[in-house]
Amino acid sequence: MNGFDFTLNGADLAALPSGALWWAAERLLAVSDLHLGKSERLARRGGTMLPPYEVRDTLARLEADIAATRPAAVLCLGDTFDDLTAMENLPEQEALWLTRLMAGRRWIWIEGNHDPGPTSFGGTHLAELRLPPLTFRHIAAPGAAAEVSGHYHPKARLGGLSRPCFLIDAARVILPAYGTYTGGLRSDDAALCALMDDRAIAVLTGKAAHAIPMPRAQIRPRASTSPR
Amino acid sequence: MNELPPAFAAWFAARGWSAHPHQKAILARRMAPAQLLIAPTGGGKTLAGFLPSLHELASDTHSGLHTLYISPLKALAADIRRNLRAPVEEMGLHIRIEDRTGDTSHSQRRRQRADPPHILLTTPESLALLLSYEDAPRIFAGLQRVIVDEIHALAESKRGDQLMLCLSRLSTLCPGLRRVGLSATVEDPAAIARFLARHPDPCDILHADPGPDPDIAMLETGAPPPWAGGGGRYAIPAILAQVKRHKTTLIFHNTRAQAELFFHALWLANEDTLPIGIHHGSLSREQRERVEAAMVAGELRAVVCTGSLDLGIDWGDVDLVIQVGAPKNVKRLVQRIGRANHRYNAPSKALLVPANRFEVVECVAALQAVRAHDLDGDPRPPGPRDVLCQHILITAAAGPFDAGALFAEVTTAGAYAGLSRAEFDACLDFAATGGYALRRYDRWQRLQQTGGKWHLRDPRAARQIRMNIGTIVDTDLLKVRLKNSRGGTPLGEVEEAFAATLTPGDTFLIGGQIVRYEGLREMTVEVTRRASGSPKIAVFSGSKFATSTQLSDRILAMFQQERWPGLPAHTAEWLALQRDVSQLPRRDRLLVETFPHEGRAHSCIYGFAGRNAQQTLGLLLTQRMEQAGLHPLGFVATDYATLIWALDPVTDPAPLFDAAAMRDGFETWLAGNAVMKRTFRSAAVIAGLIERNVPGQRKSGRQATFSSDILYDTLVKYDPHHLMLRITREEALKGLVDFGRIEAMLERIEGRIDHMPLPRVSPLAAPLFQEVGRVPIKGAGAERLLAQAAASAMAAAGLS
Repeated sequence: MNGFDFTLNGADLAALPSGALWWAAERLLAVSDLHLGKSERLARRGGTMLPPYEVRDTLARLEADIAATRPAAVLCLGDTFDDLTAMENLPEQEALWLTRLMAGRRWIWIEGNHDPGPTSFGGTHLAELRLPPLTFRHIAAPGAAAEVSGHYHPKARLGGLSRPCFLIDAARVILPAYGTYTGGLRSDDAALCALMDDRAIAVLTGKAAHAIPMPRAQIRPRASTSPR
Repeated sequence: MNELPPAFAAWFAARGWSAHPHQKAILARRMAPAQLLIAPTGGGKTLAGFLPSLHELASDTHSGLHTLYISPLKALAADIRRNLRAPVEEMGLHIRIEDRTGDTSHSQRRRQRADPPHILLTTPESLALLLSYEDAPRIFAGLQRVIVDEIHALAESKRGDQLMLCLSRLSTLCPGLRRVGLSATVEDPAAIARFLARHPDPCDILHADPGPDPDIAMLETGAPPPWAGGGGRYAIPAILAQVKRHKTTLIFHNTRAQAELFFHALWLANEDTLPIGIHHGSLSREQRERVEAAMVAGELRAVVCTGSLDLGIDWGDVDLVIQVGAPKNVKRLVQRIGRANHRYNAPSKALLVPANRFEVVECVAALQAVRAHDLDGDPRPPGPRDVLCQHILITAAAGPFDAGALFAEVTTAGAYAGLSRAEFDACLDFAATGGYALRRYDRWQRLQQTGGKWHLRDPRAARQIRMNIGTIVDTDLLKVRLKNSRGGTPLGEVEEAFAATLTPGDTFLIGGQIVRYEGLREMTVEVTRRASGSPKIAVFSGSKFATSTQLSDRILAMFQQERWPGLPAHTAEWLALQRDVSQLPRRDRLLVETFPHEGRAHSCIYGFAGRNAQQTLGLLLTQRMEQAGLHPLGFVATDYATLIWALDPVTDPAPLFDAAAMRDGFETWLAGNAVMKRTFRSAAVIAGLIERNVPGQRKSGRQATFSSDILYDTLVKYDPHHLMLRITREEALKGLVDFGRIEAMLERIEGRIDHMPLPRVSPLAAPLFQEVGRVPIKGAGAERLLAQAAASAMAAAGLS
């Protein structure tokens, strides 16, 4: 595994270059913000008709991560579906593909702001998961410790390249968005600077995981936006 | 009828004027379905276009809209409204004239829709918006004439294609609609006529007296120009002397960044503090308007500018045009020269300032071409299909349509006359379903067919289609403001990619002043004037123009002269030395020099294919050299040559230029290229696949919006034959990639390659070593470099 290894509250974790988080001791693979069905949702609302291929592209990458790590449990950290109707409308072939990935392992859905409800796919549905010594929830709670979350789609820039990234400090890790059709929020945004401590690092994803000090706003904005 | 109607004759006479022959001619033939007037600046072109309308409105009791005037510039529409008011009022005509642009108030626009004026002055985008309303047939009922001003400029961009599709719609709504085009001097009037007329209607072409030949020369400077680089700063003393000697001078530059640097240097040397301004497209509107107003008031002695001043507005008493840097294109040069001296029948005065030694040759070639009235230009390509996709959506927003009827209508636009039904259907399918091969949107189509007619599935989509109207796609720009408690003065805009490279304390030039980057706040770049030291240069998007084929051919022909009496001695000696040491490039052969320099093996390829094509050639050749194990390290390209450096020398260049292998490599390279992604983005925005970034929307949707690169990569992976990718490819080939000119070059030389192995750098290659814009070749090393950078950043922060 050519990931970046780190420890959070005593748990040994690896930030994989794909954007997934691997907890070897629990054989748990966590991914966040898949936003499956985004193209369907936009079209349904009378917006543009994006190439309807993000579900298969995202599932193909998830399948590759599962094949490489052979997890006992997969945890989807919220915003797995772009909305609940998009989940219902998932084309049959892609719904079957997802079911196939779920077979033979525990599957945990944490609910996100885009998909606040149970899924029709089986598995366990939770608002958050406490799996000592860690807590998994979609949106980071200020002041929380030993927390794994998603939601913000953090990204950071190094050497002219902007990439989705993990943000890691002593108290928490924020996962990058795993879905194909996802944008990012720069790590120097006030919301992220307020959550992460001064020694936070960013682990850029891509072909390999590259760790750098978390890029921050050089000048502190006067008022910080509250996290959504 | 070759005489003016009495009221008009009296008006001309009262002013001591007589009508120009072309003004009478246009009035005499006013019933022709299409007329194209080619006239130099100052020839009373606009009045000529309006005379038939004034005539008809004077003698008629026309109600509703009679004439639509389209200009590429909002400011021009407002300008024309003021200028028309004089003759209308003085002749006592009761004609309502109004303009309608993006700046027109909401209430005014609503009133115009309910009760249109006799003459409406507008822009292509505002017209397209009007046509997207359901009541378009009522708004345009009774329309008789449409005047397209500066049609030569519109014809060079997709705005012109959109306009002509709109006119095809108007001609259906208003049978018998007559079209008039007003154009500056162009190389192929017949092509503009085909572009303007409703196909297959005929189009009259009227030529105004072109006036006397311009008084144009190369600026004499004390010092010879430098060997390489741009900007022309060496010529500042001579240019200031010219500014002093003239009333008002326009100083044109080819790029915004060069204009900024030049203006800064000019200001430092301006000991007499002559009032000099700067004007280019990246400056804020307030800044530009201030300069424009000062120009009109005659308060400025000179303006440093770019193409943003190429069009339209009458700037008053400009008596000298200075072009800094090689003009690259003769037609544009002639049109720029026309900006000087708006008095008809007085020669325009212009000076060329070559920025470097090679540009001396190019300037002399351009002077010859101007004197020979030999203008250049590429044939107009067929109408772009992304614009057609948008037009289909606009049509649907206005109401249900029949596909066959719409196809018949759009093929009356000259640029789309050759469009096949299959191509049209592919665009319609894209607009309706997205046009995807592997999965169809059946339930959520954007357009649906009911009773044989296509219509919007969700009427809410009309609003989004209207928000997306237009064919100008800006790269992501960030506003630059002076930092203070009240929000600060806007200075202009920079590209987001440039802003991302800045760290607080960095300095750059904008609006002629050096500013210090302080930080980014809510998508605004905040700066202060606390700047010292030399500026980092703002990289504006100003595309680099490539030297035209015609001009390149003239340069190559000049190389074959025995001696060069027309060139300054320093340049003639340089060419003679090149002839002694190596040879001068020829049109039907390809010269490749190889020589060692500073421990690297260099190859110089004189393709004369223009900067964009030479750049592509550099990418392709280094790719082939990499395969051949020659370890290329980088290259640099200019309009005439590509210089490549490598660890191992090229001993036989011929196989590198194998056309088939090069085409193969090209296809692979093209798919992953950044230029393709940029081209894709603008085609996708125009065609309606991506919504435009609307200010304000962006902030709230920052996680929701994702890069268009992702869509491009997804399509390449899953749907490689999708319409958007086909359009992207065609656009990229003729634009920034310009592979067409490489193909043309390979065809021309037919394998005749002259390889000159030399012991050292040749005189012609030497300036290339000073060129900026070197492209390093990154093979598999990119990730490794990234890893090294990451490790050192962690180490520096004590976090390893």
